[in-house]
Amino acid sequence: MTVEEIATLVQGEFVCGESFKNREVTHIIASDLMSDVLTVKDTDNLMLMTGLCNLQSIRTCEMSDIDMLLVVRGKAVTDEMIELAEDNDMVIVATGFSMYKAAGILYGSGVSSIY
Amino acid sequence: MDFIYHVEGGDFTNAGSTSSEVKRMLKKLGVSPEIVKRTVVALYEAEVNIVAHAYRGDISVNLEEDRIHIILADEGPGIPNVDWAMQKGNSTASPKVREMGFGAGMGLPNIKNNSDELNIQTEVGKGTTIDFTNYFTH
Repeated sequence: MTVEEIATLVQGEFVCGESFKNREVTHIIASDLMSDVLTVKDTDNLMLMTGLCNLQSIRTCEMSDIDMLLVVRGKAVTDEMIELAEDNDMVIVATGFSMYKAAGILYGSGVSSIY
Repeated sequence: MDFIYHVEGGDFTNAGSTSSEVKRMLKKLGVSPEIVKRTVVALYEAEVNIVAHAYRGDISVNLEEDRIHIILADEGPGIPNVDWAMQKGNSTASPKVREMGFGAGMGLPNIKNNSDELNIQTEVGKGTTIDFTNYFTH
């Protein structure tokens, strides 16, 4: 599934990196705990879904080689986050859905969990 | 090549900036993506530990042809029981640190899992030095 299809399913909006909307997402990790995210070894085609909306969520993606982020719960993405995300060629989608709701919709639509 | 970076305790805005610079450097040198990732994940966890727990610290990076050796020396409270802290789930992190997505007791185990050699020296009331090496070829 592409990032664009995911954005549509969760009624999300592109915050940055819309030019990467055709990236393929095969797996999602849903977590607010960045140390958990940092344990994931294979991050190819992996999207992070999180309600943790601060610079550390972007830094964690950067260190983990994750370039697709879905921010849930309607959290506001700051300019600093966008700047850092753009430096790392990341795409960010934001939705007002809860993590539970967004995860349920996407899992039900065929995007796999990493575990 | 040797590089030194300074880290201030509590400065969550810049937490990870050293790891970011080291990542760029390793990529430019053509180090394999797998080793770059292991190195920067270990470094990032250790850098966040300084920001989260210490007053300040210095990160020394020594790059050789076949390896990277990183020393993170902080002035801080130290770790009273390293064996306890090395177990997943054990943490003394503040609520502020947990708000940042850390402090679940996974930092030191993550550093261990992502380094080839790891040495931790700590003195309560003085600080902690984490010293790790990753080799570019196995």
